[in-house]
Amino acid sequence: MKPYPLSIRPYGLRAVLVEWPSTVDEAILEDILCFYRYLKTKCLKDTGWEMIPAYNSLTLVQNYKLVDFKNFSAKLKKWYAEKSGTIPEQRYLWRLPVCYDLDFGIDLELASEKLRLSVPEIIEQHTAHVYRVYGIGFLPGFMYLGGLPESLEITRKETPRLKVAKGAVGLAGKQTGIYPQESPGGWNIIGNCPVSIFNAKEDHPCLVSVGDQIQFYSISRAEYDLHKIEGEVGIYKIEKLKIDA
Amino acid sequence: MLKLLKSGFYTSVQDRGRFGYRDKGVPVSGAMDNQAFETANALLENDENDAVLEITMTGPTFEFEKNTFIVLTGASMSVTLNNSPVDNYKVLKIVPGDILSYGRLENGFRSYLAIKNGFKTEKVLGSRSQTKSITDSTYLRDRSTIRYEPCDTFVPKIPEIKINPYFDKEILEVAKGPEFEMLENRQLEKVFGSNFSVSKENNRMAYQLKETIAGHNRSMLTSATLPGTVQLTPAGKLIVLMKDGQTTGGYPRILQLTEDAISILAQKKLGDVISFRLIAP
Repeated sequence: MKPYPLSIRPYGLRAVLVEWPSTVDEAILEDILCFYRYLKTKCLKDTGWEMIPAYNSLTLVQNYKLVDFKNFSAKLKKWYAEKSGTIPEQRYLWRLPVCYDLDFGIDLELASEKLRLSVPEIIEQHTAHVYRVYGIGFLPGFMYLGGLPESLEITRKETPRLKVAKGAVGLAGKQTGIYPQESPGGWNIIGNCPVSIFNAKEDHPCLVSVGDQIQFYSISRAEYDLHKIEGEVGIYKIEKLKIDA
Repeated sequence: MLKLLKSGFYTSVQDRGRFGYRDKGVPVSGAMDNQAFETANALLENDENDAVLEITMTGPTFEFEKNTFIVLTGASMSVTLNNSPVDNYKVLKIVPGDILSYGRLENGFRSYLAIKNGFKTEKVLGSRSQTKSITDSTYLRDRSTIRYEPCDTFVPKIPEIKINPYFDKEILEVAKGPEFEMLENRQLEKVFGSNFSVSKENNRMAYQLKETIAGHNRSMLTSATLPGTVQLTPAGKLIVLMKDGQTTGGYPRILQLTEDAISILAQKKLGDVISFRLIAP
Protein backbone atom coordinates (compact mmCIF):
# COMPACT_ATOMS: atom_id res chain seq x y z
CA MET A 1 0.00 0.00 0.00
CA LYS A 2 1.28 3.45 -0.89
CA PRO A 3 2.13 5.51 2.19
CA TYR A 4 -0.09 8.52 2.86
CA PRO A 5 1.27 11.99 3.50
CA LEU A 6 0.90 12.23 7.29
CA SER A 7 0.53 15.32 9.39
CA ILE A 8 2.13 14.90 12.83
CA ARG A 9 1.45 17.65 15.34
CA PRO A 10 1.68 18.17 19.10
CA TYR A 11 -1.65 18.14 20.92
CA GLY A 12 -0.83 19.90 24.17
CA LEU A 13 2.20 18.78 26.14
CA ARG A 14 1.30 15.13 26.53
CA ALA A 15 -0.25 14.04 23.27
CA VAL A 16 0.55 13.80 19.58
CA LEU A 17 -1.99 13.87 16.77
CA VAL A 18 -1.28 11.96 13.58
CA GLU A 19 -3.63 12.80 10.72
CA TRP A 20 -4.30 11.22 7.34
CA PRO A 21 -6.08 13.06 4.50
CA SER A 22 -9.43 14.31 5.74
CA THR A 23 -11.93 11.96 4.07
CA VAL A 24 -14.04 9.02 5.17
CA ASP A 25 -12.29 6.22 3.35
CA GLU A 26 -11.93 2.52 4.17
CA ALA A 27 -8.37 2.43 2.78
CA ILE A 28 -7.31 5.25 5.09
CA LEU A 29 -8.91 3.54 8.08
CA GLU A 30 -7.07 0.36 7.11
CA ASP A 31 -3.73 2.20 7.00
CA ILE A 32 -4.42 3.82 10.40
CA LEU A 33 -5.22 0.45 11.94
CA CYS A 34 -2.05 -1.13 10.51
CA PHE A 35 0.03 1.67 12.00
CA TYR A 36 -1.90 1.41 15.27
CA ARG A 37 -1.14 -2.30 15.50
CA TYR A 38 2.51 -1.84 14.57
CA LEU A 39 2.95 0.82 17.27
CA LYS A 40 1.05 -1.19 19.85
CA THR A 41 2.90 -4.45 19.35
CA LYS A 42 6.34 -3.35 18.23
CA CYS A 43 7.15 0.21 19.29
CA LEU A 44 5.09 1.43 22.23
CA LYS A 45 4.38 -1.66 24.28
CA ASP A 46 4.14 -0.89 28.02
CA THR A 47 5.36 2.65 27.64
CA GLY A 48 2.36 4.51 29.06
CA TRP A 49 1.14 5.50 25.61
CA GLU A 50 -2.54 5.20 24.86
CA MET A 51 -3.84 5.44 21.28
CA ILE A 52 -7.22 6.53 19.96
CA PRO A 53 -8.00 5.84 16.29
CA ALA A 54 -10.92 7.65 14.61
CA TYR A 55 -11.81 8.26 10.94
CA ASN A 56 -8.62 9.92 9.65
CA SER A 57 -6.59 10.29 12.83
CA LEU A 58 -4.60 8.45 15.44
CA THR A 59 -4.09 10.32 18.70
CA LEU A 60 -1.28 9.18 20.97
CA VAL A 61 -1.53 10.21 24.61
CA GLN A 62 1.26 9.87 27.12
CA ASN A 63 -0.39 9.26 30.49
CA TYR A 64 2.63 9.64 32.73
CA LYS A 65 5.02 12.27 31.43
CA LEU A 66 5.56 15.22 29.13
CA VAL A 67 6.45 14.47 25.53
CA ASP A 68 9.60 15.50 23.69
CA PHE A 69 7.70 16.22 20.51
CA LYS A 70 10.61 16.73 18.11
CA ASN A 71 12.26 13.49 19.04
CA PHE A 72 9.03 11.51 19.18
CA SER A 73 7.63 12.75 15.87
CA ALA A 74 10.86 11.75 14.12
CA LYS A 75 10.45 8.26 15.58
CA LEU A 76 6.83 8.13 14.42
CA LYS A 77 7.88 8.95 10.87
CA LYS A 78 10.47 6.22 10.96
CA TRP A 79 7.98 3.70 12.38
CA TYR A 80 5.39 4.61 9.78
CA ALA A 81 7.92 3.90 7.03
CA GLU A 82 8.84 0.58 8.65
CA LYS A 83 5.32 -0.67 9.22
CA SER A 84 4.60 -1.83 5.65
CA GLY A 85 3.48 -5.44 5.60
CA THR A 86 1.80 -5.21 9.00
CA ILE A 87 -1.76 -6.43 8.85
CA PRO A 88 -4.46 -5.11 11.17
CA GLU A 89 -5.84 -7.26 13.95
CA GLN A 90 -8.52 -9.82 13.06
CA ARG A 91 -11.72 -7.96 12.36
CA TYR A 92 -15.27 -9.14 12.91
CA LEU A 93 -18.72 -8.53 11.52
CA TRP A 94 -21.11 -8.25 14.45
CA ARG A 95 -24.78 -9.01 13.85
CA LEU A 96 -26.96 -7.01 16.20
CA PRO A 97 -30.70 -7.62 16.72
CA VAL A 98 -32.98 -4.59 16.49
CA CYS A 99 -36.67 -4.41 17.24
CA TYR A 100 -38.22 -1.85 14.89
CA ASP A 101 -41.56 -1.97 16.72
CA LEU A 102 -43.23 1.46 16.81
CA ASP A 103 -43.00 1.41 20.62
CA PHE A 104 -39.23 1.69 20.21
CA GLY A 105 -39.04 3.33 16.80
CA ILE A 106 -40.66 6.50 18.01
CA ASP A 107 -39.54 8.48 14.96
CA LEU A 108 -40.17 5.73 12.39
CA GLU A 109 -43.41 7.20 11.10
CA LEU A 110 -41.93 10.69 10.84
CA ALA A 111 -38.84 9.26 9.12
CA SER A 112 -41.08 7.36 6.73
CA GLU A 113 -42.77 10.63 5.75
CA LYS A 114 -39.51 12.56 5.37
CA LEU A 115 -37.63 9.84 3.50
CA ARG A 116 -40.63 8.92 1.31
CA LEU A 117 -40.14 5.28 2.18
CA SER A 118 -42.57 2.95 3.89
CA VAL A 119 -41.65 1.68 7.36
CA PRO A 120 -40.90 -1.83 6.02
CA GLU A 121 -38.67 -0.25 3.34
CA ILE A 122 -36.70 1.67 5.96
CA ILE A 123 -36.21 -1.53 7.97
CA GLU A 124 -35.27 -3.45 4.84
CA GLN A 125 -32.63 -0.90 3.83
CA HIS A 126 -31.28 -0.35 7.34
CA THR A 127 -30.71 -4.10 7.79
CA ALA A 128 -29.43 -4.76 4.26
CA HIS A 129 -26.30 -2.64 4.63
CA VAL A 130 -23.09 -3.42 6.44
CA TYR A 131 -21.60 -0.55 8.41
CA ARG A 132 -17.95 0.10 9.23
CA VAL A 133 -16.94 1.26 12.71
CA TYR A 134 -14.86 4.43 12.13
CA GLY A 135 -14.52 5.35 15.75
CA ILE A 136 -15.72 4.65 19.28
CA GLY A 137 -16.30 7.60 21.57
CA PHE A 138 -18.71 10.29 22.74
CA LEU A 139 -20.07 7.77 25.27
CA PRO A 140 -18.49 4.47 26.39
CA GLY A 141 -19.17 1.96 23.61
CA PHE A 142 -20.77 4.46 21.20
CA MET A 143 -19.84 3.48 17.64
CA TYR A 144 -19.47 5.95 14.80
CA LEU A 145 -20.77 3.91 11.87
CA GLY A 146 -20.09 4.72 8.23
CA GLY A 147 -21.78 3.34 5.14
CA LEU A 148 -25.38 4.48 5.57
CA PRO A 149 -27.19 4.46 2.19
CA GLU A 150 -28.11 7.94 0.95
CA SER A 151 -31.77 6.95 0.89
CA LEU A 152 -31.72 6.85 4.72
CA GLU A 153 -30.03 10.21 5.26
CA ILE A 154 -32.25 12.35 7.41
CA THR A 155 -31.49 15.56 9.31
CA ARG A 156 -31.16 15.49 13.05
CA LYS A 157 -34.21 16.51 15.10
CA GLU A 158 -34.43 20.26 15.56
CA THR A 159 -34.88 19.93 19.29
CA PRO A 160 -32.89 17.16 20.88
CA ARG A 161 -34.72 14.89 23.33
CA LEU A 162 -33.62 15.17 26.94
CA LYS A 163 -33.79 11.40 27.27
CA VAL A 164 -33.12 8.79 24.62
CA ALA A 165 -33.42 5.20 25.83
CA LYS A 166 -30.45 2.89 26.24
CA GLY A 167 -30.16 0.74 23.12
CA ALA A 168 -32.03 3.23 20.92
CA VAL A 169 -31.05 2.92 17.26
CA GLY A 170 -30.97 6.22 15.42
CA LEU A 171 -30.43 7.96 12.12
CA ALA A 172 -28.78 11.38 11.75
CA GLY A 173 -27.25 12.73 8.57
CA LYS A 174 -24.77 10.24 7.18
CA GLN A 175 -24.70 8.32 10.46
CA THR A 176 -26.53 5.52 12.15
CA GLY A 177 -25.81 4.09 15.56
CA ILE A 178 -26.90 2.85 18.95
CA TYR A 179 -27.10 4.87 22.17
CA PRO A 180 -25.14 2.69 24.62
CA GLN A 181 -26.79 4.32 27.62
CA GLU A 182 -29.70 6.61 28.34
CA SER A 183 -28.65 10.11 27.33
CA PRO A 184 -29.90 13.28 25.69
CA GLY A 185 -29.80 13.11 21.91
CA GLY A 186 -31.05 14.53 18.64
CA TRP A 187 -31.08 11.47 16.41
CA ASN A 188 -34.23 10.06 14.79
CA ILE A 189 -34.99 6.88 16.72
CA ILE A 190 -36.11 3.94 14.58
CA GLY A 191 -35.68 0.95 16.88
CA ASN A 192 -33.95 -0.55 19.88
CA CYS A 193 -31.19 -3.10 20.28
CA PRO A 194 -31.78 -5.26 23.39
CA VAL A 195 -28.16 -6.35 23.86
CA SER A 196 -25.13 -4.30 24.74
CA ILE A 197 -21.69 -4.38 23.16
CA PHE A 198 -20.28 -2.56 26.20
CA ASN A 199 -20.00 -3.87 29.74
CA ALA A 200 -17.68 -2.11 32.17
CA LYS A 201 -17.59 -5.22 34.38
CA GLU A 202 -15.65 -7.19 31.75
CA ASP A 203 -11.87 -6.99 31.39
CA HIS A 204 -12.42 -6.24 27.74
CA PRO A 205 -15.40 -3.95 28.22
CA CYS A 206 -16.21 -3.37 24.57
CA LEU A 207 -16.71 -6.29 22.15
CA VAL A 208 -16.34 -4.13 19.07
CA SER A 209 -13.13 -2.43 17.89
CA VAL A 210 -12.58 0.35 15.39
CA GLY A 211 -12.41 -1.27 11.94
CA ASP A 212 -15.03 -3.93 12.72
CA GLN A 213 -18.33 -4.10 10.86
CA ILE A 214 -21.91 -4.03 12.09
CA GLN A 215 -25.05 -5.42 10.52
CA PHE A 216 -28.50 -5.10 12.05
CA TYR A 217 -31.27 -7.67 11.72
CA SER A 218 -34.93 -7.22 12.53
CA ILE A 219 -36.51 -9.07 15.45
CA SER A 220 -40.05 -9.24 16.84
CA ARG A 221 -41.17 -7.77 20.13
CA ALA A 222 -41.21 -11.24 21.73
CA GLU A 223 -37.65 -11.92 20.60
CA TYR A 224 -36.67 -8.51 21.92
CA ASP A 225 -38.00 -9.31 25.38
CA LEU A 226 -36.22 -12.66 25.37
CA HIS A 227 -32.85 -11.25 24.22
CA LYS A 228 -33.14 -8.43 26.73
CA ILE A 229 -33.38 -10.91 29.59
CA GLU A 230 -30.67 -13.13 28.09
CA GLY A 231 -28.44 -10.07 27.82
CA GLU A 232 -29.09 -9.03 31.40
CA VAL A 233 -28.22 -12.40 32.85
CA GLY A 234 -25.23 -12.69 30.56
CA ILE A 235 -26.18 -15.67 28.39
CA TYR A 236 -26.87 -13.87 25.12
CA LYS A 237 -24.00 -14.35 22.71
CA ILE A 238 -23.79 -11.73 20.00
CA GLU A 239 -23.20 -13.36 16.64
CA LYS A 240 -19.85 -12.54 15.06
CA LEU A 241 -18.21 -13.56 11.82
CA LYS A 242 -14.53 -13.28 10.96
CA ILE A 243 -13.81 -10.81 8.19
CA ASP A 244 -11.08 -11.89 5.83
CA ALA A 245 -8.35 -9.29 5.47
CA MET B 1 -15.40 2.11 57.52
CA LEU B 2 -16.13 5.74 56.88
CA LYS B 3 -19.81 6.56 57.26
CA LEU B 4 -21.39 9.38 55.30
CA LEU B 5 -23.90 10.87 57.69
CA LYS B 6 -24.64 13.47 55.01
CA SER B 7 -23.25 13.31 51.50
CA GLY B 8 -23.10 16.99 50.52
CA PHE B 9 -23.70 18.41 47.05
CA TYR B 10 -21.52 16.04 45.04
CA THR B 11 -18.94 13.79 46.66
CA SER B 12 -17.21 11.04 44.71
CA VAL B 13 -14.31 8.62 45.02
CA GLN B 14 -11.44 9.50 42.67
CA ASP B 15 -7.93 8.26 41.98
CA ARG B 16 -5.57 9.27 39.15
CA GLY B 17 -7.99 7.98 36.57
CA ARG B 18 -8.84 5.13 34.28
CA PHE B 19 -6.25 4.69 31.58
CA GLY B 20 -6.18 2.39 28.58
CA TYR B 21 -9.83 2.39 27.49
CA ARG B 22 -10.18 5.69 25.64
CA ASP B 23 -10.33 3.84 22.33
CA LYS B 24 -13.58 2.32 23.65
CA GLY B 25 -15.01 5.68 24.62
CA VAL B 26 -14.29 5.38 28.35
CA PRO B 27 -13.44 8.78 29.88
CA VAL B 28 -10.26 9.10 31.91
CA SER B 29 -11.95 10.45 35.06
CA GLY B 30 -9.81 10.92 38.16
CA ALA B 31 -9.39 13.90 40.49
CA MET B 32 -10.30 17.17 38.76
CA ASP B 33 -7.63 19.10 40.68
CA ASN B 34 -4.61 16.88 40.26
CA GLN B 35 -2.36 19.18 42.30
CA ALA B 36 -4.56 18.95 45.39
CA PHE B 37 -4.92 15.21 44.87
CA GLU B 38 -1.18 14.59 44.59
CA THR B 39 -0.31 16.76 47.56
CA ALA B 40 -2.86 15.01 49.76
CA ASN B 41 -1.46 11.56 48.98
CA ALA B 42 2.12 12.82 49.28
CA LEU B 43 1.61 14.17 52.82
CA LEU B 44 0.23 10.79 53.88
CA GLU B 45 3.12 9.05 52.06
CA ASN B 46 0.52 7.09 50.15
CA ASP B 47 0.81 5.44 46.77
CA GLU B 48 0.36 8.15 44.14
CA ASN B 49 -2.76 6.41 42.82
CA ASP B 50 -4.54 5.93 46.18
CA ALA B 51 -8.21 6.89 46.09
CA VAL B 52 -9.48 10.02 47.81
CA LEU B 53 -12.87 11.71 48.14
CA GLU B 54 -13.54 14.70 45.92
CA ILE B 55 -15.98 17.01 47.68
CA THR B 56 -17.69 19.61 45.53
CA MET B 57 -19.08 22.94 46.74
CA THR B 58 -20.78 22.00 49.96
CA GLY B 59 -20.16 19.78 52.77
CA PRO B 60 -20.73 16.29 53.76
CA THR B 61 -20.46 14.98 57.31
CA PHE B 62 -18.45 11.85 57.99
CA GLU B 63 -18.01 9.52 60.91
CA PHE B 64 -14.87 7.40 61.19
CA GLU B 65 -15.05 3.93 62.72
CA LYS B 66 -11.33 3.07 62.91
CA ASN B 67 -8.02 4.74 63.72
CA THR B 68 -6.36 6.41 60.79
CA PHE B 69 -4.75 9.60 59.49
CA ILE B 70 -6.22 12.01 56.98
CA VAL B 71 -5.28 15.11 54.99
CA LEU B 72 -7.61 17.74 53.51
CA THR B 73 -6.50 19.70 50.45
CA GLY B 74 -7.95 21.91 47.73
CA ALA B 75 -10.89 24.21 48.44
CA SER B 76 -11.41 25.55 51.97
CA MET B 77 -14.80 24.55 53.36
CA SER B 78 -14.68 25.54 57.07
CA VAL B 79 -14.12 21.98 58.16
CA THR B 80 -14.43 20.89 61.78
CA LEU B 81 -13.28 17.72 63.51
CA ASN B 82 -15.56 17.08 66.50
CA ASN B 83 -16.62 20.72 66.28
CA SER B 84 -13.06 22.16 66.36
CA PRO B 85 -11.82 23.88 63.20
CA VAL B 86 -9.07 22.04 61.28
CA ASP B 87 -6.61 23.23 58.64
CA ASN B 88 -6.06 22.02 55.12
CA TYR B 89 -2.69 20.55 54.10
CA LYS B 90 -2.05 19.06 57.54
CA VAL B 91 -1.91 15.43 58.65
CA LEU B 92 -4.73 14.81 61.18
CA LYS B 93 -5.01 11.85 63.51
CA ILE B 94 -8.42 10.18 63.59
CA VAL B 95 -9.86 7.91 66.30
CA PRO B 96 -13.09 5.87 66.21
CA GLY B 97 -16.19 8.02 66.54
CA ASP B 98 -14.57 11.19 65.17
CA ILE B 99 -16.96 13.38 63.20
CA LEU B 100 -15.60 15.42 60.29
CA SER B 101 -17.99 18.07 59.12
CA TYR B 102 -17.73 20.39 56.11
CA GLY B 103 -19.27 23.84 56.36
CA ARG B 104 -19.36 26.96 54.23
CA LEU B 105 -17.27 27.19 51.05
CA GLU B 106 -14.55 29.83 51.61
CA ASN B 107 -12.52 29.58 48.43
CA GLY B 108 -12.06 27.19 45.54
CA PHE B 109 -14.76 24.67 44.59
CA ARG B 110 -13.40 21.15 45.15
CA SER B 111 -11.93 19.82 48.35
CA TYR B 112 -10.08 16.52 48.75
CA LEU B 113 -10.13 14.12 51.68
CA ALA B 114 -7.26 11.65 51.54
CA ILE B 115 -6.83 8.82 54.03
CA LYS B 116 -3.78 6.76 55.00
CA ASN B 117 -3.40 4.00 52.34
CA GLY B 118 -6.41 5.21 50.38
CA PHE B 119 -10.10 4.31 50.24
CA LYS B 120 -10.66 0.69 49.26
CA THR B 121 -13.69 0.74 47.00
CA GLU B 122 -14.10 -1.72 44.14
CA LYS B 123 -11.93 -1.12 41.08
CA VAL B 124 -13.61 -1.06 37.68
CA LEU B 125 -11.31 -1.24 34.65
CA GLY B 126 -8.31 -0.63 36.86
CA SER B 127 -9.59 2.45 38.65
CA ARG B 128 -11.77 3.42 41.60
CA SER B 129 -12.82 6.73 40.04
CA GLN B 130 -16.61 7.01 40.00
CA THR B 131 -18.13 8.02 36.69
CA LYS B 132 -21.39 7.57 34.85
CA SER B 133 -22.05 4.20 33.18
CA ILE B 134 -18.72 2.71 34.29
CA THR B 135 -19.08 2.44 38.07
CA ASP B 136 -22.35 1.36 39.71
CA SER B 137 -22.89 4.78 41.21
CA THR B 138 -21.64 8.17 40.09
CA TYR B 139 -21.38 9.80 43.50
CA LEU B 140 -21.79 8.90 47.16
CA ARG B 141 -25.20 8.95 48.76
CA ASP B 142 -26.31 9.70 52.33
CA ARG B 143 -25.57 6.91 54.76
CA SER B 144 -23.26 5.05 52.41
CA THR B 145 -20.08 3.58 53.84
CA ILE B 146 -16.59 3.40 52.39
CA ARG B 147 -13.94 0.95 53.44
CA TYR B 148 -10.46 1.91 54.60
CA GLU B 149 -7.74 -0.03 56.35
CA PRO B 150 -7.15 1.10 59.93
CA CYS B 151 -3.77 2.63 60.77
CA ASP B 152 -2.71 3.11 64.39
CA THR B 153 0.65 4.78 64.06
CA PHE B 154 2.15 7.01 61.44
CA VAL B 155 4.86 9.61 61.87
CA PRO B 156 4.70 11.84 58.80
CA LYS B 157 7.96 13.21 57.41
CA ILE B 158 6.14 16.46 56.69
CA PRO B 159 3.21 16.97 59.07
CA GLU B 160 1.97 20.18 57.46
CA ILE B 161 2.70 22.49 54.53
CA LYS B 162 1.70 25.98 53.52
CA ILE B 163 0.70 26.30 49.90
CA ASN B 164 0.05 29.29 47.74
CA PRO B 165 -3.60 29.02 46.89
CA TYR B 166 -2.96 28.48 43.18
CA PHE B 167 -6.66 28.33 42.57
CA ASP B 168 -6.98 32.06 43.19
CA LYS B 169 -5.09 32.44 39.90
CA GLU B 170 -7.20 33.53 36.98
CA ILE B 171 -4.76 32.87 34.16
CA LEU B 172 -4.91 29.45 32.53
CA GLU B 173 -1.82 28.41 30.59
CA VAL B 174 -2.67 26.77 27.30
CA ALA B 175 -0.91 25.22 24.34
CA LYS B 176 -2.24 25.45 20.79
CA GLY B 177 -4.90 22.86 20.05
CA PRO B 178 -4.93 20.86 16.79
CA GLU B 179 -7.30 23.31 15.04
CA PHE B 180 -5.71 26.46 16.49
CA GLU B 181 -4.65 27.66 13.04
CA MET B 182 -8.27 28.11 11.95
CA LEU B 183 -8.67 31.06 14.31
CA GLU B 184 -8.88 34.44 12.61
CA ASN B 185 -7.38 37.58 14.06
CA ARG B 186 -10.63 38.83 15.54
CA GLN B 187 -11.12 35.47 17.27
CA LEU B 188 -7.52 35.39 18.55
CA GLU B 189 -7.88 38.90 19.96
CA LYS B 190 -10.95 37.86 21.86
CA VAL B 191 -9.51 34.54 23.09
CA PHE B 192 -6.30 36.04 24.45
CA GLY B 193 -7.37 39.63 25.04
CA SER B 194 -10.47 39.25 27.16
CA ASN B 195 -11.79 37.57 30.25
CA PHE B 196 -14.22 34.68 30.30
CA SER B 197 -16.48 33.53 33.08
CA VAL B 198 -17.68 30.09 34.11
CA SER B 199 -21.29 29.46 33.05
CA LYS B 200 -23.77 27.38 35.01
CA GLU B 201 -23.00 24.46 32.71
CA ASN B 202 -19.98 23.30 34.64
CA ASN B 203 -19.35 19.82 35.98
CA ARG B 204 -16.85 16.99 35.89
CA MET B 205 -17.47 16.49 32.16
CA ALA B 206 -16.98 20.04 30.92
CA TYR B 207 -16.92 23.73 31.77
CA GLN B 208 -18.80 25.89 29.32
CA LEU B 209 -17.72 29.54 29.28
CA LYS B 210 -20.32 32.28 29.27
CA GLU B 211 -18.80 34.76 26.83
CA THR B 212 -18.69 33.78 23.18
CA ILE B 213 -16.29 34.64 20.36
CA ALA B 214 -17.10 34.84 16.64
CA GLY B 215 -18.42 31.51 15.38
CA HIS B 216 -17.31 29.44 12.41
CA ASN B 217 -18.58 26.92 9.90
CA ARG B 218 -15.60 24.62 9.84
CA SER B 219 -16.60 20.98 9.87
CA MET B 220 -14.19 18.23 10.76
CA LEU B 221 -14.20 14.50 11.14
CA THR B 222 -14.66 13.25 14.69
CA SER B 223 -11.31 12.87 16.41
CA ALA B 224 -9.91 12.34 19.92
CA THR B 225 -10.39 14.90 22.68
CA LEU B 226 -8.56 15.12 26.01
CA PRO B 227 -9.24 16.56 29.45
CA GLY B 228 -8.32 20.24 29.09
CA THR B 229 -9.24 20.47 25.41
CA VAL B 230 -11.03 23.74 24.57
CA GLN B 231 -13.62 23.17 21.84
CA LEU B 232 -15.13 25.97 19.77
CA THR B 233 -18.76 25.42 18.74
CA PRO B 234 -20.12 26.84 15.46
CA ALA B 235 -22.01 29.44 17.52
CA GLY B 236 -18.75 30.63 19.11
CA LYS B 237 -19.08 29.02 22.54
CA LEU B 238 -15.97 27.74 24.28
CA ILE B 239 -16.26 24.36 26.01
CA VAL B 240 -13.41 23.14 28.18
CA LEU B 241 -13.53 19.37 28.52
CA MET B 242 -12.68 18.08 31.98
CA LYS B 243 -11.83 14.69 33.51
CA ASP B 244 -15.13 12.91 32.76
CA GLY B 245 -15.22 14.50 29.30
CA GLN B 246 -16.02 12.57 26.15
CA THR B 247 -13.05 10.89 24.45
CA THR B 248 -13.92 12.04 20.93
CA GLY B 249 -15.63 15.05 19.47
CA GLY B 250 -16.42 16.87 16.27
CA TYR B 251 -15.85 20.50 17.28
CA PRO B 252 -12.54 22.19 16.49
CA ARG B 253 -10.05 21.86 19.36
CA ILE B 254 -8.51 25.31 19.54
CA LEU B 255 -6.59 25.19 22.83
CA GLN B 256 -5.21 22.62 25.23
CA LEU B 257 -4.90 23.44 28.93
CA THR B 258 -1.81 22.31 30.81
CA GLU B 259 -2.37 19.86 33.69
CA ASP B 260 -1.89 22.73 36.17
CA ALA B 261 -4.42 24.88 34.31
CA ILE B 262 -6.97 22.04 34.59
CA SER B 263 -6.34 22.02 38.36
CA ILE B 264 -6.95 25.77 38.53
CA LEU B 265 -10.13 25.59 36.46
CA ALA B 266 -11.39 22.68 38.59
CA GLN B 267 -11.46 25.13 41.51
CA LYS B 268 -13.66 27.65 39.65
CA LYS B 269 -17.40 27.92 39.99
CA LEU B 270 -20.27 29.75 38.32
CA GLY B 271 -19.32 33.37 37.61
CA ASP B 272 -15.60 33.02 38.34
CA VAL B 273 -13.35 34.78 35.84
CA ILE B 274 -10.51 33.24 33.83
CA SER B 275 -8.29 34.20 30.93
CA PHE B 276 -5.99 32.26 28.62
CA ARG B 277 -2.25 32.67 28.11
CA LEU B 278 -0.46 30.85 25.34
CA ILE B 279 2.74 29.11 26.39
CA ALA B 280 5.72 28.63 24.11
CA PRO B 281 5.50 25.35 22.21
